[in-house]
Amino acid sequence: MKPPPFEYFCPATLDEAIGLLSERENAKVLAGGQSLMAMLNLRYVFPDVLVDINNLHDLASIDVTAERIRIGAMTRQRKIEVDAALFARAPIFRSALKLVGHRQTRNRGTIGGSLCHLDPASELPLLALLLDAVVEAAGPSGRRRIPARDFIAGFMMPGIAADEIVTAIEFSPWADTHTFGFNEFARRHGDFAIASSAVHIERDSSLVIQRAAIAIGGIGSVPQRHFAGEKLLVGTSGDAGAIAAVVEACDQLEVIGDFHGGPEYRLSVARTMLRRSLHSALPGPNRPVAA
Amino acid sequence: MHEIEMLINGRSYSGLAEARMTLADFLRHSLGLTGTHLGCEHGVCGACTVLVDGASVRSCLMLAVQAKGAIVETVEGLAATDGKLSPLQQAFQDTHGLQCGYCTPGMLMTIVELLRENAQPSEAQIRDAISGNICRCTGYQSIVEAVLLATGGKSAGRMSE
Ligand SMILES: Cc1cc2nc3c(=O)[nH]c(=O)nc-3n(C[C@@H](O)[C@H](O)[C@H](O)COP(=O)(O)OP(=O)(O)OC[C@H]3O[C@@H](n4cnc5c(N)ncnc54)[C@H](O)[C@@H]3O)c2cc1C
Ligand code: FES
Ligand code: FES
Repeated sequence: MKPPPFEYFCPATLDEAIGLLSERENAKVLAGGQSLMAMLNLRYVFPDVLVDINNLHDLASIDVTAERIRIGAMTRQRKIEVDAALFARAPIFRSALKLVGHRQTRNRGTIGGSLCHLDPASELPLLALLLDAVVEAAGPSGRRRIPARDFIAGFMMPGIAADEIVTAIEFSPWADTHTFGFNEFARRHGDFAIASSAVHIERDSSLVIQRAAIAIGGIGSVPQRHFAGEKLLVGTSGDAGAIAAVVEACDQLEVIGDFHGGPEYRLSVARTMLRRSLHSALPGPNRPVAA
Repeated sequence: MHEIEMLINGRSYSGLAEARMTLADFLRHSLGLTGTHLGCEHGVCGACTVLVDGASVRSCLMLAVQAKGAIVETVEGLAATDGKLSPLQQAFQDTHGLQCGYCTPGMLMTIVELLRENAQPSEAQIRDAISGNICRCTGYQSIVEAVLLATGGKSAGRMSE
């Protein structure tokens, strides 16, 4: 048996789960287990207590309205990937989820687990940041709402207390006419990305960009918004010159080297991914086509 | 210790397990169902893939207690009771879809899930489905050929010419 010994609870209610987390020393939440179980098997973590939240079925739903999209923390990644209502309003989720691990890991892995594990190359935290989502967490003193940029507190460090449970993520969908791009590069399909990029764009009827969000993952200690790039894009038609400037401005992002390669290599991969995402968000070779 | 019962390949099984026992270890060590293989034990290789309530999962990343009351399908359930291989298994044999056979149980269970949703997957869909299963021997081509043979599909590759 690989994991170290622990006491196991599988509470039926959220209150019970929070109670266990606040009363017991060194307790950890078990969601899809696709990161935590691996860490237990490798004995990277030694919790005394595991609080399995797989019975909290209320936390596993997707609610889509024109104003608001809410995804419960225990919603499996596979369910998010195939959800038709979500696809209609925020198709970027499907493109991103196809790249989250493999079918077998998406069948178990949850969005809440992905947000809380907060790997810098993770696709779902990148989308939360891109969409200015709000992460909802419940603890002994009730529920609170944390903007994604604050929730992403540092390298694999979610901005919640040890006795808090993430319950959902919420965001406003963009205009139906928005376009998007999602690209990443990994050495093997399903691996964590060396660099990833996500782009959302809204244009007016004369195809001038009115609103843009760009997020880059993998290269730094956390997923990052490319605010400088967004500013350069808004007000342009997304022409080749604008794209080149946005891609160039990536040098303002935090880039760290790892075993895949040094900062220069990773930055150049990020730039290529961003160029591709911009091209898919701006149909036509580099420039918008008349609608 | 936890009392655990589950339905495996249509038969009911039960046993005692510590909370920390993975589903894979429970199948192999407690129940003697050694068809499910363990390669990496941290979710990367896919050898341990089984179906839990119809969905493919890595049994090294799930606790046995979490599969309490579940319907589990493993490679042992694929052949008929008289030992006759399923069409998919037969196709694996016919196309040399396995060499050492280490990855085979995981490959098969992954493909069983795929074929239930899509009886005639394209070559690209097959490759996508098995992306989470590592094979050190075959180079994957013959595995893809096996699925195409079992489903009457066409290969875009070189080997079927
Ligand atoms: C082979 C493989 C490839 C992978 N590739 C990718 C990839 O490309 N991209 C990617 O993003 N991920 C990838 N993953 C990880 C992904 O599959 C996990 O699903 C995800 O990181 C964690 O989600 P989970 O639901 O499995 O959470 P768990 O593993 O159960 O938990 C992860 C952490 O979050 C905490 N936690 C979980 N849920 C909550 C909650 N609601 N509230 C508070 N804390 C919580 C846990 O205590 C734990 O610390 C991969 C995993 C494997 C095995
Ligand atoms: S043994 Fe489970 S994925 Fe390798
Ligand atoms: S046949 Fe040997 S690992 Fe696949």
